[in-house]
Amino acid sequence: MWTVLEGSVAIAEAVRRCRPRVISAYPITPQTHIVEHLARLAADGELDAEVVNVESEHSAASVVLGAVATGVRAYTATSSQGLLLMAEVLYNIAGLRLPVVLTCANRAVSSPINIWNDHQDAMAVRDSGWIQLFAEDNQEAVDLHIQAYRIAELTRLPVMVNVDGFVLTHAYEPVDLPDQEEVDAFLPPFEPKVRLDPDHPLTLGMLAEPHVYMEARYALNEAVLGSKEVILQVQREFQERFGRSSGGLISVDAPEDAEIVFVAMGSVLGTIREAAESLRHRGIRAGVLKVTCFRPFPGEAIASALRGTPRFIVLEKALSMGSGGILANEMRAAFYERDRRAEIISVIAGLGGRDVTVAQIEEVAQAVLQGERGPVFLGLDQRLLAREGTS
Amino acid sequence: MPGEKLRLRVLTPGHRACQGCGQALGVRLALERVEVPFIVANATGCLEVFSTAYPYSSWAVPWIHSLFENTAAVASGISAALRALGRGEVRVIALGGDGGTADIGLQALSGMFERGDDVLYICYDNEAYMNTGVQRSGLTPPYARTTTSPAGRVRLGNVRPKKDMLSIAVAHGVGYAATASIGYPKDLERKVQKAMGRRGPRYLHIHAPCPLGWGFEPEKTVEIAQLAVQTGLFPLVEIEDGVVTGVRKLPKRLPVEEYLKHQSRFAHLFTSEEGRKAIAEIQAIADANVARYGL
Repeated sequence: MWTVLEGSVAIAEAVRRCRPRVISAYPITPQTHIVEHLARLAADGELDAEVVNVESEHSAASVVLGAVATGVRAYTATSSQGLLLMAEVLYNIAGLRLPVVLTCANRAVSSPINIWNDHQDAMAVRDSGWIQLFAEDNQEAVDLHIQAYRIAELTRLPVMVNVDGFVLTHAYEPVDLPDQEEVDAFLPPFEPKVRLDPDHPLTLGMLAEPHVYMEARYALNEAVLGSKEVILQVQREFQERFGRSSGGLISVDAPEDAEIVFVAMGSVLGTIREAAESLRHRGIRAGVLKVTCFRPFPGEAIASALRGTPRFIVLEKALSMGSGGILANEMRAAFYERDRRAEIISVIAGLGGRDVTVAQIEEVAQAVLQGERGPVFLGLDQRLLAREGTS
Repeated sequence: MPGEKLRLRVLTPGHRACQGCGQALGVRLALERVEVPFIVANATGCLEVFSTAYPYSSWAVPWIHSLFENTAAVASGISAALRALGRGEVRVIALGGDGGTADIGLQALSGMFERGDDVLYICYDNEAYMNTGVQRSGLTPPYARTTTSPAGRVRLGNVRPKKDMLSIAVAHGVGYAATASIGYPKDLERKVQKAMGRRGPRYLHIHAPCPLGWGFEPEKTVEIAQLAVQTGLFPLVEIEDGVVTGVRKLPKRLPVEEYLKHQSRFAHLFTSEEGRKAIAEIQAIADANVARYGL
């Protein structure tokens, strides 16, 4: 059913249709509208879920950990500092192989404190063993949540659906919300093999000494790598049932002979698509490579896409301090491992909610075609930097 | 024993606890008499380490260990899931040490209490971070020597009193809160039975001496635990709905030296004038406990 909804409400309605039985979260902007809507549904008896209002994100993650370990589907959402506070629990959830689904309404991290959008929060927990998906728009945010539960429960891995804070969570867009029956047919009831049950006692979360720990971590890595196949399978199943393509690992929108291709994640892709189209109108063969799944990293898919393209501009809303663009560096590694040569130019953009415009993206493309190799920090205020210094 | 009910197996033998471990005994005393099905959430600490080294587990009941400070929240999640599943007959028991409960885990525990979640939280108190090598916690008693509150030329060990966890629990409106000691097994078992007879958040604080950390011979664990009670330093109290409903009276109370002198963590108090003053202060704490609870 097509309806115009705020992104957060659309996500909450998608989550509702996945029938979580335990929901736990702690208030943080810009995630709050999602769990507020779910709490309202539960209060009206329209959602049969236990809503556990906790005293911190650390406990929110711990409550859903305990709930999923006991055999019920659960949901949590957070942003920014909340995700950082959860970090310890996120690693634990992945290690315990519990299929938790979490929405991260992506937001900058402190200091300085800033409530607006970028991807530094999600990137900080990229090594935790969670599958990380990024939504481009609110329709995809809806679809990815429904897919997330299916992927999580098939792989016994937790899934984090990343949705740009404010840009998507607070934006009103028309979305096609699937009917409950359709979602039920796509997402069968959660029947975990491993759960806390007095009829079949088991010990979860044991001490692993040096002679076994490494195997446990190896196994987790193998599971995350292996989830690529499941993510693609779920993408296909979703398309068959709902008639639209969303999810998967990457998607490419570029001419065969593209001379310059933008790589990005999340809502900034909308702006990039417009810039690429404008560049094509001006005779520059520009394209877009969208990364939907950041973990597991689709290195093979990215490196084997657009084999004729000589240069990629990786525009990302995060960086590793003292290293650089994270997506750009992972892409370089993926190319190097496969003996593929291309210019990979790192562009850091939109930190802390800084606007990214079509004109800026076009300018970067022109500069790259004229020899700019980066890294580029898009739209830096040089006067502010000169006044305050960087030391 | 004739007439004794068959004990449920909970923590089976073969684990790696030290000789004379008060905590291992405390867990058995607390849980083996629980006849309803239950799930255990266990904080990081000695208990988790000595009972679950892969591939061996001593636990014959469903058991989960997640992290150090989140045990109360994990227990809340289990409780919420059981409610969702309609499995009200299955109960949740959380276990944490003094550090995991009174220090790093206090925030999550406060949340669990305040929300009224249906969990019995048991703190086994051995008065320091034993798992990491006897560091001071918020429940280390005054003038005890630990590795991070050593007794030196100008300091006599830990300077602060024990955090009053029982009052903290009661201040949250917890329906049943009690202290118990492994030195008084029948009393401990009775309190667990009573706690399990109620729903909602409940708190049981068990004094569990540690031979290694406190410095006494392993065969003396039970005796040391009894001396803590008999000197008035660890009062056995029961509080139901905010009202004190039970205390263990001390008609033949012993002076605190009788407790302190057996433990190397207090040995430095017996060698100086300052130490003797410290013992007098410890005696005043015991006296205050007696006055407060009418022991």
